[in-house]
Amino acid sequence: MQSTRSSALSRALSTAVRSHRHTAKRYSSSIAILSQRRQSLPQQQQPHGILSRPVYTPISRNQIRHASTAAPSPDDLQKTPLYDLHLAHGGKMVPFGGFHMPVQYSSLGVAQSHLFTRSHASLFDVSHMVQRIITGPGAAAFLERITPSDCKGLEPHKSTLSAFMTLDGKGGISDDTIITKLAEEKFYVVTNAGCREKDNMYIDREMAKWNTEMGHENLRVKEEQLDGWGLVALQGPKAEEILQGVLAEEVDLKKLLFGGSVFATVKYDGKVGGPLLISRGGYTGEDGFEISIPPAETVGITEAFLAAGPEKIQLAGLGARDSLRLEAGMCLYGHELHDGITPVEAGLSWIIPKERRSENAGYYGADVIAKQLVPRSKGGAGVHRRRIGLLVEGAPARDGAEIVSRSEDGKEVVSLGTVTSGCPSPSLGKNIAMGYIKDGFHKAGTEVDVLVRGRPRKAVVTKMPFVPTKYWKGITPA
Amino acid sequence: MASIARCLRAARPSAFAAVRSSVSRTVAARPFSVTASNEIRKYTKEHEWIDLAADKKTGVIGISEYAAKALGDLVYVELPEEGRTVNKGDAIGAVESVKSAADINAPVSCKITQINLVLEEKPGNLNQVPEDDSHGGGWIAKVQVDEQGLQDFEALMDSEQYNEFTATEEH
Repeated sequence: MQSTRSSALSRALSTAVRSHRHTAKRYSSSIAILSQRRQSLPQQQQPHGILSRPVYTPISRNQIRHASTAAPSPDDLQKTPLYDLHLAHGGKMVPFGGFHMPVQYSSLGVAQSHLFTRSHASLFDVSHMVQRIITGPGAAAFLERITPSDCKGLEPHKSTLSAFMTLDGKGGISDDTIITKLAEEKFYVVTNAGCREKDNMYIDREMAKWNTEMGHENLRVKEEQLDGWGLVALQGPKAEEILQGVLAEEVDLKKLLFGGSVFATVKYDGKVGGPLLISRGGYTGEDGFEISIPPAETVGITEAFLAAGPEKIQLAGLGARDSLRLEAGMCLYGHELHDGITPVEAGLSWIIPKERRSENAGYYGADVIAKQLVPRSKGGAGVHRRRIGLLVEGAPARDGAEIVSRSEDGKEVVSLGTVTSGCPSPSLGKNIAMGYIKDGFHKAGTEVDVLVRGRPRKAVVTKMPFVPTKYWKGITPA
Repeated sequence: MASIARCLRAARPSAFAAVRSSVSRTVAARPFSVTASNEIRKYTKEHEWIDLAADKKTGVIGISEYAAKALGDLVYVELPEEGRTVNKGDAIGAVESVKSAADINAPVSCKITQINLVLEEKPGNLNQVPEDDSHGGGWIAKVQVDEQGLQDFEALMDSEQYNEFTATEEH
């Protein structure tokens, strides 16, 4: 890692370079999270001068490898179909996941944009993410080899959070993903932009292997990527009303629950567009939708959403997206998740259904995960570290800050873990953070310290989400 | 005090409106300082400013308008330690927004004699009046400057050079 004291603005204007390095550094230590931290962290948690240290760190290991030798030039970056629209709205563009992406817009600061999303609605361009269609008679079985999800049992038009498991069988997360079953032999799989190359290699290799195995003659699968397509997230309490106003056909959105999806046509520019795949969910903790749009229609349909008016809907960028997902307790690949973290450590055991919890469940790492799912107190392996939420007093604790035992008279301070994401919460007015802590210290209410700029700050382990989620799960009977 | 006029002069057009509106709210409540006309303000490439008094022994430091605007809404300020002697470039504090944390580096070798405690309660002053060194302004600390500090000071950019510097950094 470069000196933590070099020119701040030059760094700020080349965020890609710096944040790649920063992430790479974090990787190198977080894998040995409870052992080698001390020597590497004091450097990391130093901010780097005014105008530095964005939180939107690129997240692919491929990129990191790339960045360690040469910084990607802005010319290498791709543009989403909404690039010109971002510029027209004063989008401040930064490199992210191989794309020019807006971190915020001139109309609202990050905190204001965050609060606007919670009170009204925001539209996020997430077209940088990779939209994949996996089809074939063996599609569900294939996905059940690379993920711990129940893809055969998933109902059509339902989605699940899932994880591509590392091929070394150690139970690590190679990428996190949302899998939607479109039909018995057709799945829509959205993966992280920063993991694009890594995921492509992973899927190509696994698919080639699957398709040539004995007995798979009638279970072949293939993959298609929706290159150049738009993906927008409409998030916030006004999202349903705004979407309803754009639909060209009768759809009872009250019956479209969180985790469900539907194809529907929309009105824009005096035309009918689509049908579009509309999925209820998102990455903010609010009710909302993610809408996949063919390339030629992306700008027109996005403008149709924005036509609801600035008092109801605003564009929002990566800055608000990060603080919103953090308040909602959601993981970001490259921070909370990586090759060396298992779903059990990450608090994502819930993505593994009961019927896939045995050692012979058939996905990569199933034996390791099955043992981890049983706590040590019950004879299993359990886990040695767990993802937790923290409320931090005083200075915000950010990625890389060390979690230590609370300093008390005469007691030696010991290292307990590391913060993986953190920021001042715009909704709560308190500093929130996520991180990994030694098993046993993970219970809500546990008092610890977090080292920020070398000084201990009081922190307490807190249940997540920090801000209650508002997913639409139907009308609850009174 | 002169820093208001100076802020207005120094501000790039895009920052101008914000500065003017915040000034108009606060100016009536605050008497102008009488010493400012004798001060010289210089800037670092890391976006700190320092006013050196006419006696060339004391100064005031802060972060630039350009930096404050680029950082966005600041929600936390870690102030320097009073009494500490620091070298040019040492991290003496930090400013934080929702999305970023940034060090404040010492613009010159100096001793911290007083810190702006108001910022602990009102970090937003840093966004509104970052280059104001009066009470209620966004200044960070008052400092004593020795011979080394004076030499460091001479090497810094004046406001015109700094404006050119930030204009080229924009691209």
